[in-house]
Amino acid sequence: MDLPLTIKETQRGLIDKKFSAVELTDSYLERINKYNKEYNIFLTIAGEDAYKKAKETDKSEKKLPLAGVVAGYKDIFLTKGIRTTAGSKVLEGYIPPYSATAVARIEEAGAITIGKLNCDAWAHGSSGENSDFGPAKNPWNKKCTPGGSSSGSGAALSANMCLVTTGTDTCGSIRLPANYGYLVSLKPTYGAVSRYGVVAMASSLDCVGPLGHSVEDVETVFDVIKGGDGHDSTVVNRKPQALKSKFKIGIPKEFFVDGIDPEIQKTIDEAIQILKKEGVEFTEVSLPSTKYAISCYYIIQPAEVSSNLGKFDGIRYGNSRESFGDEAKRRIMLGTYVLSSGYYDAYYLTAMKVRTKICLETEKVFSEVDAMIAPVAPTPPFNLGEKTDNPLSMYLTDIYAATANLSGIPSLALPSGFSKKGLPLGFQLMGPRFSESNLFELGKKYHNAISYEPKVALK
Amino acid sequence: MSKLTKDEVLHIAKLAQLGLSDSEIKKFLPQLTGVVDFIGQLKEVNTEGIEPTAQVTGLTNVFRQDRVDSANTLSGEAATGGTDKLYNGYFKVGAILAERSDK
Repeated sequence: MDLPLTIKETQRGLIDKKFSAVELTDSYLERINKYNKEYNIFLTIAGEDAYKKAKETDKSEKKLPLAGVVAGYKDIFLTKGIRTTAGSKVLEGYIPPYSATAVARIEEAGAITIGKLNCDAWAHGSSGENSDFGPAKNPWNKKCTPGGSSSGSGAALSANMCLVTTGTDTCGSIRLPANYGYLVSLKPTYGAVSRYGVVAMASSLDCVGPLGHSVEDVETVFDVIKGGDGHDSTVVNRKPQALKSKFKIGIPKEFFVDGIDPEIQKTIDEAIQILKKEGVEFTEVSLPSTKYAISCYYIIQPAEVSSNLGKFDGIRYGNSRESFGDEAKRRIMLGTYVLSSGYYDAYYLTAMKVRTKICLETEKVFSEVDAMIAPVAPTPPFNLGEKTDNPLSMYLTDIYAATANLSGIPSLALPSGFSKKGLPLGFQLMGPRFSESNLFELGKKYHNAISYEPKVALK
Repeated sequence: MSKLTKDEVLHIAKLAQLGLSDSEIKKFLPQLTGVVDFIGQLKEVNTEGIEPTAQVTGLTNVFRQDRVDSANTLSGEAATGGTDKLYNGYFKVGAILAERSDK
């Protein structure tokens, strides 16, 4: 059967009896069984659970927002009774006794859980290559990375192995896999979605968010997972920003400098022209501290990583600290170093002050404009193996992602087209805190204007 | 330019409870030096009079009642289910105190 690529299409098909939820599950599992060995996207396949839920779905009359939607989760979301590894050998055989709030809410909204998705161990990385279970491959081109750290969350959608996925974004890890997979994704406002039951990376930066094939689908999943649960004290139940009828978008000049790939520059220039025709106004804005964002991030993040990974001692669950992979060890050491006596002020305290500057600069920009347009990454999907020997060059992949995480603002990644080599291209729209509703509005406006249609690889 | 020494790497590894092999030290030393050198660029930013930011929610002191919520409490079995290194239902941990040698 031809698998539907949106939630609306899926639910219409179920209502019209074009297919049943069991048949949908069959088709997705067929594709997973056919391609997973080669592309290494799922770490755990939950076929039995999926069929059980699919049968319930076929019997149910309830109208739920995600009824019949087949979902996969980055393997750092705890799933009750289903192995959760965080991509690390430390948690190789770990079966959680409870589920993350995001997972529980997605399931309560009717979704069918089909499995757990590969990712960089502990979400440390931009290519998926730091997974202790081997890298996931990009379905658009097997030689390329699908983007990390939520590598399987992007690749599973590009390979049409499920309909929606979840990811986490500490510095681009939801946006990059969407960008490298011709997908839509949202890095929500910091504090919009509970992280309860999600393995923590850097707690002042981590955000949970959805990936899907359309703005509408990402919005639907976001509406399901957002809001407080009483278990993550950073969650703010703020009313969404009122919808605007006129938009003004800023082009941050510091984001469009040397090093940006010409095809990415071109796709963004075109998007600006398209949105202008739709009545959106554009103006140049400035974020002067942009060039320090990645340094600032690579102090704050490892510091928090070293603290969060301190609890993994193999006593209550998991294996001992010897099972940490190279990148986890590097980040634990880097974090321990910048927090250690004699270096704290020079590195950590300075980074926290630079973070303040970055926050103030974005705040100022959003007093002038409703959103900002920017690349997600400096290049289209790069080759697996290209940056693995040089951690610093890998870190610089996230140069355009850091601003949103450091200042806690939302960002919507949108697909815009393909490069000459047939690799996905896209961009991100950032907005002020809790402006998701208007980012979705802009995303829909853009996609309507280009008559966007979801596309998957591996026909 | 900051350059990490082998002794510093060993010291950090000890603080972080990581046992590193010689080949790991050899591999990590230049990689960490490269990153430390890069993040050192923050020294050129003027941060005088700027308050540090630790979090961006705008929230302060989020409290909850210190009450047992039975709907959100794991059974002893579920809570200890992640390991088979148990003794009478308790986690087994490594000794942190040694027996006196002068007795």
